[in-house]
Amino acid sequence: MADHVENAVNNVSNDGTEVGRHTETTPGRNEVELNGQPPTARPPQVLTDSEEDEDEELTLKYGAKHVIMLFIPVTLCMVVVVATIKSVSFYTQKDGQQLIYTPFREDTETVGQRALNSMLNAAIMISVIVVMTLVLVVLYKYRCYKVIQGWLFFSNLLLLFFFSFIYLGEVFKTYNVAMDYFTLAVIIWNFGVVGMICIHWKGPLRLQQAYLIMISALMALVFIKYLPEWTAWLILAAISVYDLLAVLCPKGPLRILVETAQERNEPIFPALIYSSTMVWLFNMADSAEPRNNSSHPVPQQENQDAVAPTAQPEDDGGFTPAWVNQQQHQLGPMQSTEDSRREIQELPSARPPPVEDEEERGVKLGLGDFIFYSMLVGKASATASGDWNTTIACFVAILIGLCLTLLLLAIFKKALPALPISITFGLVFYFATDNLVRPFMDQLAVHQFYI
Amino acid sequence: MTVAVFFGCTFIAFGPAVALFVFTIARDPLRVIFLIAGAFFWLVSLLLSSLVWFITVQISNKNSATQQTGLLIFGVVLSVLLQEAFRYGYYRLLKKANEGLLALSQEDTMPISIRQLAYVSGLGFGFMSGAFSVVNILSDSLGPGTVGIHGDSQHYFISSAFMTLAIILLHMFWGVVFFESCERQRWWGLGAVVISHLVVSCVSFVNPHYQGSLIPTYIILSVMAAWAYLCAGGSLRNLKLCLTCKDKDFLLANHRPR
Repeated sequence: MADHVENAVNNVSNDGTEVGRHTETTPGRNEVELNGQPPTARPPQVLTDSEEDEDEELTLKYGAKHVIMLFIPVTLCMVVVVATIKSVSFYTQKDGQQLIYTPFREDTETVGQRALNSMLNAAIMISVIVVMTLVLVVLYKYRCYKVIQGWLFFSNLLLLFFFSFIYLGEVFKTYNVAMDYFTLAVIIWNFGVVGMICIHWKGPLRLQQAYLIMISALMALVFIKYLPEWTAWLILAAISVYDLLAVLCPKGPLRILVETAQERNEPIFPALIYSSTMVWLFNMADSAEPRNNSSHPVPQQENQDAVAPTAQPEDDGGFTPAWVNQQQHQLGPMQSTEDSRREIQELPSARPPPVEDEEERGVKLGLGDFIFYSMLVGKASATASGDWNTTIACFVAILIGLCLTLLLLAIFKKALPALPISITFGLVFYFATDNLVRPFMDQLAVHQFYI
Repeated sequence: MTVAVFFGCTFIAFGPAVALFVFTIARDPLRVIFLIAGAFFWLVSLLLSSLVWFITVQISNKNSATQQTGLLIFGVVLSVLLQEAFRYGYYRLLKKANEGLLALSQEDTMPISIRQLAYVSGLGFGFMSGAFSVVNILSDSLGPGTVGIHGDSQHYFISSAFMTLAIILLHMFWGVVFFESCERQRWWGLGAVVISHLVVSCVSFVNPHYQGSLIPTYIILSVMAAWAYLCAGGSLRNLKLCLTCKDKDFLLANHRPR
């Protein structure tokens, strides 16, 4: 605790140490020392400077722990998407329907025409995302919290009820399960309501995490179904570039969002971020309540925004919100700032120090990241002729990208985009495995040669 | 071609490896990360060797079967050499990372020892190698079909499963021996690992005469297992103590009475 105070006092404007505490990897400590700050990276109530020796080791261990805490949900989401793609044929059928954001068709006569159409589609989609993000930033800046909250609430509603209803229907069709509407209504109603409560209000942590994983998987499946081939790959590539620019450029919308939230000392969108621990400290809840009530509506969850007014059934509005969710990755660390500030507020009232320690501080990753990772792996399993080899290769590539991103996060201690490295690795490995490794492995399997 | 075949072959191929993972690696996040990094390194080596093979195939005569087989053999040898090269590269990377961490922590011990890293990285290589070898075959075994209807061997699935098992365990043993040899600067150890890997791969060229390929592979597996055991610090005495539950250190560590 004392450490937190010290850090907060010493780094009023620098969220680095608090950010660094999230991942707790080695390099952070170096920079902390350079700044003349005492090494942090410790459970507040335990740490003293004399424990520097164990610092690095524990730092590395906790950093690794946090990486695993993200590996598991990302893996689960991918497993759900791949399992669905492999078993439910609905999501790989091209019915000819497309989202309104991708109006150009790809079944053209010439390759050049197809390339042009897909580039236009990708451009339209990306500009929609950019516009939505800017709208969100503007709304946030002008404190239209109710609008944002309502927007997110509505899009979550659509996702949890409508999309899961479709999903359940298709699963039943695949396995030829007979189901009456009454039972189905009861199931969907319960699923949806519990989901809304868990995500937007309070609920058991594991249940909330499970719901977030499920809605990410649902969204990824929608993208896999409704985005045509080349458009999907181009969008993945373009989104990574946009993520990079939006988060790192000084005038990027996401960076402005993060900085505004920092200035106002508010957490940004706590709902649509996947968090591995409880966001609010247990004994903070009481005193923090009044503040929470006012700031809660703000953070909203994301921008699931998509549910655009044109409520076409196949209209997947969730694109942008999902988009914004991914920024939560970098916004995640901001949360700890908030928490530590609240801890400090708690001090004078002589509460017992929070039980939370390193292990409970946890990591956060935006849902948009989940969605795009799963979309990449899902597409790999759906369309690659190399089949499982490609899927496994993309899976490993994305995990390694995530690992590197977290390492960079620990080094630089500021908001970082989670998409670029992983998606780049994923795309490279997808195309390389599908075109180069697959023929090689096929030949080896035919002759039963082993390498 | 039934579910029974699928499950049987899956468990044969991956059973020991998954058991090793669950009991020794899954609890420690650092080891899991290094396992996945090892898998990644193997993947990159495969990618490079596939690239070279692909290029040679493109510039060759596609109609000549013997030439294609020759190119495939060349691809296999190249892949083995690249795998070992990447194993060495991974070793250097881990040494550097460990040194960096050691310097920063001002401590004597590292959070994960080089021997653990050898084991974990070997297993990572093995997992990836096994997965790429056998997963497509396993998924095919779920579908309809008759094995060997055109005169090929009927033991295709089971032999693939056993071969994969051997390869996964071999990668793990090679990892341990390789890192130990690098640590002790025993270059003949390195050479032995590379040569045994080449032998195992080349012996698979006689498939489908499985007695010619599986038996030597398993012999090499036992030899490497013994060697890796010795490298990891085991001895006959340790083994006896462990098996008769008389190893005091182990019992103490696990709070069990003798």
